[in-house]
Amino acid sequence: MKELLSGNEAVARGAVEAGVKVAVAYPGTPSTEILETIAQRHRSIYAQWSPNEKVAFEVGIGASLGGGRALVTMKHVGLNVAADPLMTFAYTGVNAGFVLVNADDPEMHSSQNEQDNRIFARFAGIPFFEPADSQESKDMLLAGYEVSERFDTPVMLRMTTRVSHTKAIVELGEPVSVPERKFVKDPAKYVMVPANAKVRHQVLSQRLMDLQKFSEATEWNRVESNGSPVGIIAGGVAYQHAKEIAPDFDYFKIGFGYPLPIERIRKFVAAHNIVLVVEELEPFYEEQLKIAGIHVEGKKYFGNLGELNPTRVAQGLYDAGLIKSVVRPGIEAEKLFPRPPVLCPGCPHRGAFMALRKLGVAVTGDIGCYTLGMLKPLDALDTCICMGASIGAAIGIEKVNGSAKGTVAVIGDSTFFHSGITGLLDAVYNQSNVTVMILDNGATAMTGGQEHPGTGHTLMGAPATRTDIETLVKALGVKNCRSVDPYDYEATLKAIEEETKNPGPSVIVTHRPCVLMPKRIMDEPFVVDLELCNACSACFRISCPAIAASPETNERGHPKAVIDETTCTGCMLCAQICPTEAIVLKSKFVAA
Amino acid sequence: MANKIHNILIVGVGGQGVLLASEIISDVAMRSGMDVKKSEVHGMSQRGGVVTSHVRIGKKVYSPLIQEGETDFLMAFEQAEGLRAINWMRKDGIAIISRSSLVPAIVTSSKEFTYPDDAVAKIKKKLAKVIAVDADKIAAELGNPRLVNTILIGVLSNYLPFDPNLWVETIKSLVKPKLVDLNLTALERGRNISYETIHT
Repeated sequence: MKELLSGNEAVARGAVEAGVKVAVAYPGTPSTEILETIAQRHRSIYAQWSPNEKVAFEVGIGASLGGGRALVTMKHVGLNVAADPLMTFAYTGVNAGFVLVNADDPEMHSSQNEQDNRIFARFAGIPFFEPADSQESKDMLLAGYEVSERFDTPVMLRMTTRVSHTKAIVELGEPVSVPERKFVKDPAKYVMVPANAKVRHQVLSQRLMDLQKFSEATEWNRVESNGSPVGIIAGGVAYQHAKEIAPDFDYFKIGFGYPLPIERIRKFVAAHNIVLVVEELEPFYEEQLKIAGIHVEGKKYFGNLGELNPTRVAQGLYDAGLIKSVVRPGIEAEKLFPRPPVLCPGCPHRGAFMALRKLGVAVTGDIGCYTLGMLKPLDALDTCICMGASIGAAIGIEKVNGSAKGTVAVIGDSTFFHSGITGLLDAVYNQSNVTVMILDNGATAMTGGQEHPGTGHTLMGAPATRTDIETLVKALGVKNCRSVDPYDYEATLKAIEEETKNPGPSVIVTHRPCVLMPKRIMDEPFVVDLELCNACSACFRISCPAIAASPETNERGHPKAVIDETTCTGCMLCAQICPTEAIVLKSKFVAA
Repeated sequence: MANKIHNILIVGVGGQGVLLASEIISDVAMRSGMDVKKSEVHGMSQRGGVVTSHVRIGKKVYSPLIQEGETDFLMAFEQAEGLRAINWMRKDGIAIISRSSLVPAIVTSSKEFTYPDDAVAKIKKKLAKVIAVDADKIAAELGNPRLVNTILIGVLSNYLPFDPNLWVETIKSLVKPKLVDLNLTALERGRNISYETIHT
């Protein structure tokens, strides 16, 4: 049976075939669809969103120790959050199999950095598999559980955006039978006090030597011979790009990437005139091979920034003198306006950013749709570092009196639950004069509207206890906590103005659901009365996709505005800032 | 040719249905027994940004990405996005362009950028075979703006070596049941449009 599956969907399918009992994650592009697919199509597996990746990882540890195969998925930066349990879980090892699916995002299609997490696997001392397509994503997940249980180690499946989000044909398999395991008390193995951890570090060291032997023997690392004097060492999607450009070279295809099969590669290199390593991001394989005294080149030709593609690989092979020509586009590119992503029509975040821009305060931002508030013409965000960083950064700015007009941290509901709570606790504890705006839209919106502790539902659709943001904020010790309707521009403006003047930490919560969830805010759209519109462009500057330039112009040739009735949600924001009151509800509009 | 690859690039703006279109084309390829890969980027791109999907079909497909300059078929849901992707085309490639315009706020709110009012004409200057389709108008005639997708697929289907019935089967399996008939009508409308029909 064959299906067209993305790498993520294939991992979800693999989880069923591998007899996974528990799947845990916090959403993060490009990994999100793995858990969504499990919750939609493979409901025999218990799947849950955790508030953040660290908790998700720890739930996975517990499931493994409790005797059930565990799957934990996250994006690359999620592993920074979960690094703490990872580093020590590598010492204890597993009971039932544990696979961490880590999705890197070379090129930063939807991320704040492009770190190469193969280095994390080596740092922690855990093996990783590197699939090159959907079929391998599924099959290597199953192999991952075998390796995890055989060698008593957590295993990483290292995906990248182009593997996670490429659909390809997958031959499905049957579920394997998994031996029953129970929780066993074994403090010497699982209680990592120094005395035990010293012993376990030795175990980890020995385990890596055993895994090295496995790596030399496994078929996941394979030689593809075409009788060429040129050899390519590659794994993941880089292998596919290279095969595309140079199908006739010899290949050492890496599927099991750490520890590397050094001796097999040494033989492969010795049998060829020249061997290049084609890998995305860091020279992870190249450096290890060079340290082992094996003569290869790689980054010299392919670079270490952004993602590879067939053209870049072809250029590298050409520069190395291995191919005779590179395809050059026959048609020149056209220089055009940019089209960056924007906040949706009716997005409740827009009102907050309009007010923040007006007040000229320092605005520390966070990770989510609202990061789009940085783009022109809203232009209302000063920082974006990582999940939860808005609050800590605001406290720091305020401690050095960095902003005369006050400092406001802007954070979404899901990000607040993920890692904003401790930042706010710091603001309370250290009596910081920051204002924190929690933009509650009732979803983890950027990744597609997932549930979280504040939504009242779980990933699998069951009702859940809803954590109330204001109650939580007050319990942390915040005295000034109020809510405001972000569709009421004047009230939002006033709330921020007052709270930035209040001493001590303040919190302003806006509650309006993500517009991708309900259909409309008003039953009818707004329209522009062209008689009244004077082409001042105030509504253009709120960056709403439903507002466009009308063919009609004022006497100076500036375009008046027109509202697309099908996408206008009736949020009212543009009507509130229009100086000539030209924007009115459709039913109230009387054509002259 | 031993391994002739059909490179199809589908471009548009977040929310226009680019991903469903590439899903349908890929599914038809799989049903016909070909190898296929389709690649796109989710996340940020869904918020009104540019959406691009690469579909590659052949006996054996390695890379999920088309090389710049190697696109056989460009399918654009928005004319300026079609123009933006023009350098990805082979000179003998075919571009299927919906004559629709979406002007972003970044253009309307600043003097720095302008929207090309003659995108289709510019594409025609650079490429011999251009099929500009009034897909919005046809979709409106059929009573549902979301049909642009299927109309363009209908046009493209004239140039791909697949049994016409496979397109019908795939649409039946991927589209909501109550919308199947309407989509099949849209597919047929598209199938009646080709470079030859509009240039002879």
